[in-house]
Amino acid sequence: MSAGVETDPGVARDAGPTAEDPVLEIRNLSVDYGFGDDPTHVLRDVSLTLRRGEVLGLAGESGCGKSTLAYAATRLLPPPGLITGGEVWLTGRDGERADLLSLSDAELRAARWRDIAIVFQGAMSSLNPVFRIEKQIVDGILAHRPRMRREEARERAAELLRLVGISADRLRSYPHQLSGGMRQRVMIAMALALEPQVLIMDEPTTALDVVMQRQILEQVMELRERLGFSVVFITHDVSLLVEVADRIAVMYAGEIVETAAARDVYTRPRHPYSAGLLGSFPPLHGPRRELTGIPGAPPDLSAREPGCPFAPRCPHAMDVCRTELPVLGRTAQGEDGRLVACHLHTAGAPLPEEVGR
Amino acid sequence: MSFLLRRIAFYVLTAWAAITINFFIPRLLPGDPVTALLGRMQGRIDSNAEHALRVLFGLDQDATLWQQYLDYWGLLLRGDLGLSFTHFPTPVSEIVNQSLPWTVGLVGVATVIAFVVGSLIGTFLGWRRGTWADGLLPVATFFQAVPYFWLGLITIAVLSVNLGWFPSSGSYDRGLVPAFTGEFIGSVVYYGFLPALTVVLSSVAGWVLGMRNMMVTVSSEDYVTVAHAKGLAERQVMLGYAARNAVLPQVSSFALSLGFVVGGTLIMEMVFSYQGIGYTLYQAVSTHDYPLMQGCFLVITLSVLVANMVADLAYALLDPRTRTEDR
Repeated sequence: MSAGVETDPGVARDAGPTAEDPVLEIRNLSVDYGFGDDPTHVLRDVSLTLRRGEVLGLAGESGCGKSTLAYAATRLLPPPGLITGGEVWLTGRDGERADLLSLSDAELRAARWRDIAIVFQGAMSSLNPVFRIEKQIVDGILAHRPRMRREEARERAAELLRLVGISADRLRSYPHQLSGGMRQRVMIAMALALEPQVLIMDEPTTALDVVMQRQILEQVMELRERLGFSVVFITHDVSLLVEVADRIAVMYAGEIVETAAARDVYTRPRHPYSAGLLGSFPPLHGPRRELTGIPGAPPDLSAREPGCPFAPRCPHAMDVCRTELPVLGRTAQGEDGRLVACHLHTAGAPLPEEVGR
Repeated sequence: MSFLLRRIAFYVLTAWAAITINFFIPRLLPGDPVTALLGRMQGRIDSNAEHALRVLFGLDQDATLWQQYLDYWGLLLRGDLGLSFTHFPTPVSEIVNQSLPWTVGLVGVATVIAFVVGSLIGTFLGWRRGTWADGLLPVATFFQAVPYFWLGLITIAVLSVNLGWFPSSGSYDRGLVPAFTGEFIGSVVYYGFLPALTVVLSSVAGWVLGMRNMMVTVSSEDYVTVAHAKGLAERQVMLGYAARNAVLPQVSSFALSLGFVVGGTLIMEMVFSYQGIGYTLYQAVSTHDYPLMQGCFLVITLSVLVANMVADLAYALLDPRTRTEDR
């Protein structure tokens, strides 16, 4: 559990209002699925800080709660998802902080898209098939700027399309007339319509081919330089994250198990799960190596065992791993700015090679 | 444009097939109209008149089936549907003209009301799924499941026989002369209220359930989540994004049900002794009145076809994906 974040003095950068210029702070966010007596805890006390101008990568296998985190933080979680606790502090352009989870519906509506915009997983299904692109961009703009004339909003929409490299006459197209890559660009253009401070991208390129993935990513990063928004980038592809992210948070079974600078995660993973993830993707640079993968599958969250959720799949699991849940804390090496939730780092014994480099 | 032409060609072909089948089916039925007529008159017609009747009905000519088929088309194109056997010598077209407006007016209006009201209720129930609104579903299912004739009889028993609020049968006060006067129209509305009410009650549930289920499906689509994420007002998301897409399958079944307005109201017209096309068809079938039967079938077939075509066009208008690309 990452509740330890608040108390551990070595991790002040990652917690509390002292963190430097945070634009989005998620604190102890918990989410359950199901309303009954026995709900499934899919997120447990997740804390995460996004600094201004930063690209934060969120990695992990399917079903680890990455998307749930994104949906919950923006209060878009569909039933039966239920936020059971936590805070999501957003710092506005004027420096004023607000907890998204306690805003009124009207305030929340105003903050959406203006402060936090999201690009969803399905490039194919994120656009309403029966409306022209133009209408879908324009109505988002007009919802926040009711006094703007439709003409102006239309011009803004054209400008946005040009921003992502699509000719403005595509405004009159329906979504099915565009390719998958174009649709995702349209979504990105749409997300940038109100110049949000935070852009959450939930596996934005998963449905696209590798060439298109790269083009779109490069474009987003270039736009980020130009417009200065912060990005939460969710993907299961760690090698991709290393390329684009400043920092990476690795999620497993609804908890954050490791956070560190992107390069550090890539070269010196500290959690056996991060190491396993890295071994599952071909490296983008460097010598070829054999892909190992992680045996087994993420645990069934509705039937949690005590202890570390990764223990059954972990090659280095010890007795304590099966009985006690590790909390997010400093690494055995005592490195600054990185956190890991693993008993290997608190046991005092020498670390296995793959997490001790 | 080619889309429109192809659809029209398709419907012309279907109409031809329907009319051809319409020509053959009565000729495959057992019995013959003259025997039926003699039987119905129970000896009031001299059996020597049988031959005269055959001549009169044109049943004496030994025309080949092919010749009859060609003649049928020739007459059809001139709008001549022949003379009714039972209402001899009234032309079939006249009988159809008299009964069709009643059915179309009453059931057509009732169907439109049921569709609009049902879809609106369904939109609301689907949007508020998982709340108290779901408690209305069993009520809808009840009206969906109740047989129409039972609902009709209960309504008559309660509202007409016991309470005496509405007349139990007929389509207007027989003491009035049909004309475009306020009094006559008022009478038509008054007499039509009960039949229309039962039609609405029995069909509205289908629209409610259909729309609700589509709303539940569409509400979990990504583009609805995106609409929420864009910060659109709740109403705008509900009507502009969710209901706008959920209504598509409703529209096609609506157009189909408009087609069945003409043919599917037999029970209502019998329960309420309403002078519509369904009742006329029933009479025609039971008296072997071939020309009238064919006339009714023709009107019903054509109205289903027209409704289908309207559905196709409406769908193309509402859903750009069904339009073919002309880039």
